[in-house]
Amino acid sequence: MPEQLTGAQALIRSLEYEGVDVVFGMPGGAILKAYDPIIESPIRHVLARHEQGAGHMASGYAHATGRVGVALVTSGPAATNLLTALQDAYMDSVPMVAITGQVATTSIGNDAFQEAHTWGMSMPATKHNSLITSAEEIPDAVREAFHLASTGRKGPVLIDVPKDVLSDTMTWHRPGEIKLPGYKPAVKGHPRQVRAAMDLIEQSERPVLYVGGGVVAAGGADELKRFAELINVPMVTTLMARGIFPDSHPLNLGMPGMHGNYTATMALQRSDLLITIGARFDDRITGDLKHFATGAMVIHVDVDPAEISKNRFADVPIVGDAKVVLEQLIDETERRGVQPIRDSWLETLSDWQTTYPLAYDQDPDGPIQQQYVIEELHRLTGGDATIVAGVGQHQMWASQFWGFEEPRRWINSGGLGTMGYAIPAAIGAKIGTPDKVVFAIDGDGCFQMTGTELITASVENIPIKVALLNNASLGMVKQWQTLFYEGRLSQTELSPTVPNFALFAEACGAVGIRVDRPEQVAAALEEALAISDRPVLIEFICDPEAMVFPMVPAGGSNDDIALSREDFMSREDHA
Amino acid sequence: MKHVIAVLVENKPGVLARVSTMFARRGFNIHSLTVGPTEDPGISRMTVVVDGPEMEQIIKQLYKLVHTVKVTEFPPGTAIEREIMLVRVNASPKLRGEILDAARVCEATAVDVGVTTITFEVTGPPDRLADFLQLMSAYGVTSLAKSGRIALARDQKTAKSQSKSA
Repeated sequence: MPEQLTGAQALIRSLEYEGVDVVFGMPGGAILKAYDPIIESPIRHVLARHEQGAGHMASGYAHATGRVGVALVTSGPAATNLLTALQDAYMDSVPMVAITGQVATTSIGNDAFQEAHTWGMSMPATKHNSLITSAEEIPDAVREAFHLASTGRKGPVLIDVPKDVLSDTMTWHRPGEIKLPGYKPAVKGHPRQVRAAMDLIEQSERPVLYVGGGVVAAGGADELKRFAELINVPMVTTLMARGIFPDSHPLNLGMPGMHGNYTATMALQRSDLLITIGARFDDRITGDLKHFATGAMVIHVDVDPAEISKNRFADVPIVGDAKVVLEQLIDETERRGVQPIRDSWLETLSDWQTTYPLAYDQDPDGPIQQQYVIEELHRLTGGDATIVAGVGQHQMWASQFWGFEEPRRWINSGGLGTMGYAIPAAIGAKIGTPDKVVFAIDGDGCFQMTGTELITASVENIPIKVALLNNASLGMVKQWQTLFYEGRLSQTELSPTVPNFALFAEACGAVGIRVDRPEQVAAALEEALAISDRPVLIEFICDPEAMVFPMVPAGGSNDDIALSREDFMSREDHA
Repeated sequence: MKHVIAVLVENKPGVLARVSTMFARRGFNIHSLTVGPTEDPGISRMTVVVDGPEMEQIIKQLYKLVHTVKVTEFPPGTAIEREIMLVRVNASPKLRGEILDAARVCEATAVDVGVTTITFEVTGPPDRLADFLQLMSAYGVTSLAKSGRIALARDQKTAKSQSKSA
């Protein structure tokens, strides 16, 4: 006999059917009905303190596991709170499904209590979204949402479910075939283009693999390594791709761009062939596009055809899944046999690395340098930690100074630059990978946006660790004011004493540690690493004057990369 | 430069909003947009006239919308293009004959006659509408309603012989 379920039951069962093991959310009026069957469901629910937090948790979970992260919230203000996390996930192509409650179908448009036009507002912030109008649609709508979120160019998908749809009854049925006649993401690259790419590679003298988050999303780390070694071409990994290729590998030049290291940035700039895979010529990579890698031809592999030639013309476009196209490129390379040797290019790069290393100076009697904390943490963990960053100086330092060896061990908000990302995303990552050490590296500005999610971590027994690099400022903005506004600081200095973050952590049920001397750093980190039964936050009182270098001024050419504050100030036209 | 594109979309609620939001978000300029049914009840056809130097990015962004099934750009002269216009013109009794003569030449049909005005309907290729409007401006146009463009690709076999008639 066909089973009769409420829409709410069908919704939760549909999530179970997708293999969902955890949802991040917060109940409320319109979604209330869906929270009842959660009591019996094997799905774990993590109760966030703010819907933006729930969204970033789902994102952190998706980053760490590669699986679809799920957020479940109510209508109106919950949906608007979630929007930031949706746009964040959209910019970084993170697979997520968001389910929002909505007022009853009979009330839509009447400005009912907690009504917001979620469907309309989320449209440009999602890969796709839908408003469900009957309970019968639920199994297919959920199947479709997971399919869209996790295939092609991944991204967030939202399902808006009115209250009466959740209480109506429906005859349970498994979802049918997905019917999306216009949705056919490319998988395999065109063989002719693959051959054309190899022709260019063989002819090039100064090629660089320019690798972005698309390779992480495609799970192509092994293929990437194989290909890079076969053709013996150096590689830069963008902010979204850190860890896709071991930083310890001699071919890895590290991160390029606005705060990239000199060699990675200049390798792109002086290259004659960019082998671009799953990257999108973001302005933070290219600087002024007119002056970016002017002597380079471009091979561009991307699963999203709209990225090809959007910012930079592609001489050889290849639309396809990064992992599959890498396999094709490997096959083609092997078929062709011996690849050119480019000793002088590799030597040039190696010389640059020696001449222009990333550098900072930790004065044993001076304030704690943020980079020192990151390096000490790396030393004490042997690099075996998942690092989750917010947005700003601390994020750049973490990306620069942490040696990443594996994909999905670096999680941050790249495209949208969402301050406050770290704490909730770390919670999601820890839930997804409970056996791994998950360390949020956060700034004091970011932490004050979403730090209350530390309560979620404590109450739900999610033992994340937080290295809070407190420089009592909105450091990156302050850096810009210092460099570009003649030091006229406007609204970028935060209180050096309030809040006391260690005390705040304790109040949230976590362990709070506070240190302000360089010699205390290692001991504090060791103490934190020894605690595994609850969250720990270490507040490092850091140098408020520290700046991130190298730096390419916004809109400037990558040729104008400044290596240090002194280097920057020595230029006549620095302002 | 104006480009004419046909966008076949799944006939789903909100699909027009998806397309227009995408245009707004990406900063593309819509000159006109029409939407209506096709021979397949599951598919709607949008004809969009777009202002811009090149269409590649617009077409790719349209394809990114999940409900977009097919996008076709019509190079100039390769499509049958039609618009419809209702135009009300000042027409004092002594000028009526002259105005009606001009209208006949332009294949405009008088659809409403008042004491001091005549309203014409003109259907046809965009040039014809423009010509008629210019002609009538001498008499004074008091109201104008104009549709967006609809277009269908010419049948390959007849494209050559009909290319002059539009």
